[in-house]
Amino acid sequence: MTTRIDNTFVKLKADGKTALIPYITAGDPRPNATVQLMHFLVEKGADMLELGVPFSDPMADGPVIQKAVERALEHNVSLDDVLEMVRVFREKDSETPVILMGYLNPVEHEGYESFANAASSVGVDAVLTVDMPPEESMGYMEALQAKDLDRVFLVSPTTPDSRLEAVNTKGSGFVYYVSLKGVTGSKELDVDDVAKQVARIGETLNQPIGIGFGIRDGETAYKMAQLGDAVIVGSALVSIIEANHDKDLYEIELALGNKMSEFRSAIDRADAS
Amino acid sequence: MTIDFSQFPDKNGHFGPYGGIFAPETLMAALEQLNQEYESVKNDAAFLEELAQDLRDYVGRPSPLYYAERWSKELGGAKIYLKREDLNHTGAHKVNNTIGQALLAKRLGKTRIIAETGAGQHGVASATVAARLGLECVVYMGADDVVRQAPNVARMKMLGAKVVAVESGSRTLKDALNEAMRDWVTNVDDTFYIIGTVAGPHPYPAMVRDFQTVIGREAREQILEKEGKLPDALIACVGGGSNAIGLFHKFLPDESVNIYGVEPAGHGLETGQHAAPLIKGTPGVLHGNRTYLMQDENGQIQGTHSISAGLDYPGVGPEHSWLKDVGRVNYVAIDDEEAMQGFRDLTRFEGIIPALESSHAIAYATKLAPTMTKDQTIIINLSGRGDKDMNTVAQIEGFEF
Repeated sequence: MTTRIDNTFVKLKADGKTALIPYITAGDPRPNATVQLMHFLVEKGADMLELGVPFSDPMADGPVIQKAVERALEHNVSLDDVLEMVRVFREKDSETPVILMGYLNPVEHEGYESFANAASSVGVDAVLTVDMPPEESMGYMEALQAKDLDRVFLVSPTTPDSRLEAVNTKGSGFVYYVSLKGVTGSKELDVDDVAKQVARIGETLNQPIGIGFGIRDGETAYKMAQLGDAVIVGSALVSIIEANHDKDLYEIELALGNKMSEFRSAIDRADAS
Repeated sequence: MTIDFSQFPDKNGHFGPYGGIFAPETLMAALEQLNQEYESVKNDAAFLEELAQDLRDYVGRPSPLYYAERWSKELGGAKIYLKREDLNHTGAHKVNNTIGQALLAKRLGKTRIIAETGAGQHGVASATVAARLGLECVVYMGADDVVRQAPNVARMKMLGAKVVAVESGSRTLKDALNEAMRDWVTNVDDTFYIIGTVAGPHPYPAMVRDFQTVIGREAREQILEKEGKLPDALIACVGGGSNAIGLFHKFLPDESVNIYGVEPAGHGLETGQHAAPLIKGTPGVLHGNRTYLMQDENGQIQGTHSISAGLDYPGVGPEHSWLKDVGRVNYVAIDDEEAMQGFRDLTRFEGIIPALESSHAIAYATKLAPTMTKDQTIIINLSGRGDKDMNTVAQIEGFEF
């Protein structure tokens, strides 16, 4: 079956465009801000949204997203709360795909099938579980697939070709290429290395490739847009939320809006070139 | 049904439903490389000889099996033997594992070692082997633990290691593990992560267990020599569970041996302020493996409490979860006060100052031994010495030094 994510990529491709996928942590800086921020990001040019599910032990995240998760968990934002946010978001937006990104334990605690049912019914499109490689995904992938939820896997610079087939078989929607060895929001990425690696994995992978980790400015986004089908930005936005976390939503949006425009125009420039 | 315990984990690291490899993609290739290297050396005569030589000449093995006669008579029941891991170089069982992993690091050509530590014993043992091999060493330690285990922090620094105080989360062992994982993801090319317990993604739980089984292998020979028969009971404290699995594993097929793993009950199991996932927790996924965890109704990992930093962890090695489910090991709990009493008892009756971790096992023996007869025997794993705990103990006992 063709999913909302497939359709989005088909449409973007027809228009010669690269997707911009911003990430925010659900519940950051406070639970009642999230849905409005999601709509705002779409308004500012997001083609899809990545919504982080807070987990107490985010071992693949750098300090910026760790702190975002801590802010959300101060409000006890749970997986159920995140699904409720997506449900409310869908009341006004039935087009923009929403990808949940997080760690396995909250999902495992809920139960794979129960989670898949709930996620599908509120309008989630895909799930990316950082600490769930294809090898351990028995049961989980089937449960998601049964509800037509896309399964996004990470591929990294260290992923050997031999592991890519499993991503083709078990994954769907797109592949998230981790542009560097490190945690989210790490040091500068190496553009030449990303180009080489994306070319390598692109030979085997049968899905669009989104590039994320370490994309902090328009210039980098411009280069990544020339290499991948989607550009994923997280820590660069979340650090703006952090700097403005105790301010009115209006002020947070003002600051976020500037950064989103920087990314959007850089990507559009790359697409036009 | 008889279980062949030597056949676990399976090739993907599963102990029944537990264990496995729940790691970020960036680490998968490194874990596979480690797994292949470990598989290729674990039955290799030259590697095992090198390991045995290090354990003998550097660590000081075999460690004695000591009959605690005065204390046994005081308790008036079974004869209690102490497996003296506290007499190892660096003062705990942790070095058995770091010696082994350091040999692997060398074979893999890694120039940098990282480790997480709670009580600091694993940190010291890692810094020690790093110094010996001339490798860079970074140890992650929860900021709270840096304070309560200050003597070990000083030792690590003296050995040339960099100690990073982890301020995130609950500022204890689990957060140190998160931070070490983040370091490893970033520096995976040149860095070897020496995990200190039988947890983490495969192959760590199996590999660390194998390096620690020297404890039980020696203890089994020693008790047969001294008593002419197997022990009736084994007792060890369980945080991540490496000293416990080290003692237990070679005895698992011996059905006559009752095995007790002692979790820390902290302020009391009913208070929620403890670190006893096997008794009070539910299965989940954390730090690369599926195991019993202390978690809330939303699957968030809960804060823990134990008087002993080395047991202050919300998870446990996956093999223990499985041994609980199949019923081979009895998991029991000892609270902070009972552990302190165990600490005092061993110190006063035997002149041996135990680590607060090991004091949990001591305290359980004071309950179990009197229910047994004088011709029965217990082996306690005295996993570490208590020098590192002087700050904590002085505070509780109200003296200054």
